Amino acid sequence: MTEVLLAEFPGAAALLETARKARPAGYRPLDAFTPFAVEGLAEAVGAGGSHVRVAMFIGGVAIAAMAYATEYFSAVIDYPINSGGRPLNAWPAFMLFPFAVGIFGAAVSGLIALFMHSGLPGLHHAIFAVPGFERVSQDAFLLALDSPRDEAELQRARDWLREAGALAIWEIKT
Amino acid sequence: MSLQAEPPEIERWTEPPGRSYLAISELVAAPLLERRQWRWRAWWIAFGIASGLTLIMAICMSWLFATGVGIFGNNTTIVWGLPIADYVWWIGIGNAGTLISSMLLLMRQRWRASINRFAEAMTLFAATIAGLFPIMHLGRPEYFYWLLPYPNTMVVWPQWRSALIWDFWAISSYILFSILFWYVGLIPDLATLRDRAKTAFPRYFYGALALGWRGSARHWYFYEHYHLTMACLAVPLVVSLHSVVGMDFAASLMPGWQESIFPPYFVVGAMYSGFAMVVLLTALVRWGFNLQPLITAEHFNVMAKIMLAASIIMGLSYLTEWFAAWYHGERAERWLVGFEFTGGYAPVYWCMLLFNCIVPQLFWFVRIRCSIVAVVVIAILINVGMWLERIEIVWNTLSHDFLPSMWRIFIPTFWDWALLFSSLGFFGFLYLLLARIFPMVSMHETRRLIYEESHQ
Repeated sequence: MTEVLLAEFPGAAALLETARKARPAGYRPLDAFTPFAVEGLAEAVGAGGSHVRVAMFIGGVAIAAMAYATEYFSAVIDYPINSGGRPLNAWPAFMLFPFAVGIFGAAVSGLIALFMHSGLPGLHHAIFAVPGFERVSQDAFLLALDSPRDEAELQRARDWLREAGALAIWEIKT
Repeated sequence: MSLQAEPPEIERWTEPPGRSYLAISELVAAPLLERRQWRWRAWWIAFGIASGLTLIMAICMSWLFATGVGIFGNNTTIVWGLPIADYVWWIGIGNAGTLISSMLLLMRQRWRASINRFAEAMTLFAATIAGLFPIMHLGRPEYFYWLLPYPNTMVVWPQWRSALIWDFWAISSYILFSILFWYVGLIPDLATLRDRAKTAFPRYFYGALALGWRGSARHWYFYEHYHLTMACLAVPLVVSLHSVVGMDFAASLMPGWQESIFPPYFVVGAMYSGFAMVVLLTALVRWGFNLQPLITAEHFNVMAKIMLAASIIMGLSYLTEWFAAWYHGERAERWLVGFEFTGGYAPVYWCMLLFNCIVPQLFWFVRIRCSIVAVVVIAILINVGMWLERIEIVWNTLSHDFLPSMWRIFIPTFWDWALLFSSLGFFGFLYLLLARIFPMVSMHETRRLIYEESHQ
């Protein structure tokens, strides 16, 4: 069970600034919730390092290699046609098929990586129970901090968030 | 040239009623969830017409499959007719949505935020309809799956050196890729609809499709990585797709087709007709869903500039073709250019040059570019011109090849025209349905546009 301090900010700029300051001030930002992508926010809450592109590259190359292997097997080994002495392994003409399906393969691998990284699809999550959370997909900007266990520390964290411009603060257990 | 300072970006791309995060959601979601703020009467009339045309398309296809390709105007000389021209035209339009969306994203053209979604949707349907035409054109459409490499009792494999096989793979990869690109970009907006829904069915429907999107910084981080990489991959895929369509022609030995300029010329043509179609859809979506605050006259202005640039490149391509025919010295090539200007299809050719090269020059004038009606009318003419170009490419070369005794003229039949116009109706049918179910403007990207433009 983790305890989370959730604070709403009036805009993306205020949220980003507070998220950046949280660590130096001694708090641990867990996540942030915004209605659009805010540049630099993920890094500020400690989410970084994506393997999405690596997965896309590996998936794309693997599918392309399989496609070329299919062409090679069918045109050179299984069903060779000697047409005017042209090379059986006509690689320039064979390039389009691996290229097109390779790109599609990269797209699918990336989607799988995206889902694995972000935990989607997951229709239910405890945070949905927070009142007003439905506004996150429209116009609300929330910052989630790891809630200090000590009562005095907790109060200090609340004060710090209010000073930073928080409009509302919730304490939730997930 | 005006020396006045340009207005701030936010004033160019939005109007005051659309300048808050909540207002954007309200504008885009209200027609879908609360059935407000849309021209339902116009929608139903358009839907009725489109459904009728879709029915006609079903009849055309049934008649075609029952009796064979003899119902088209094709003859022993002109073996490719309207279905191939329709295919090239539709795939051109189908190319543009993803191309526009991904290229503008990579070029950091933020104004794309309010047009990219329906441009992508246009791609899905146009490319799907395009994919039907080659199958309809096959004498034995029931065997189209022979293009797939699968172990079979005949122990034969596809001929990988054939441009038609490349075509099949390029189109199918492209359609599947475009569906992913469109859907992933839609997920955050589906979450908005889920959260705004007041009744159970839309909440479950959009909730399931939104996959549990929470707008977390992590979600956005991985989403951005994926979406941007997809855009980088989309550009070469799109370019390869229409290049391959060009190679369907250029890989032959026919006069007027065997030209190295064909692949890039087809890609620019696709972008050109696609932008023209996007302009038309932009005007309709803007009017039908009252999106004037999010889609301004400036959007039409910049799209007109892109069409102007494309029209100049098209003109240059035509010039290059004529020059190459003369410089080549081959008699059939020179005959062909003469035939284009004076032969049986000359009025069509002149119209094409007028619509594709001359009329768009009006876009040099800022007053024309800023008039939505003028931009839309010219965009329609460009689309007609681009269709004429496709049919000219097919007709001229096949009607006038190396052997004069084989020269013939193509006369389209009722079924040729019926299939072309009913395919437009089918496109409208799919598009109108989509517009009632999914948001036509990307809400999260428009919010970001507002945020970034107001914090600069």
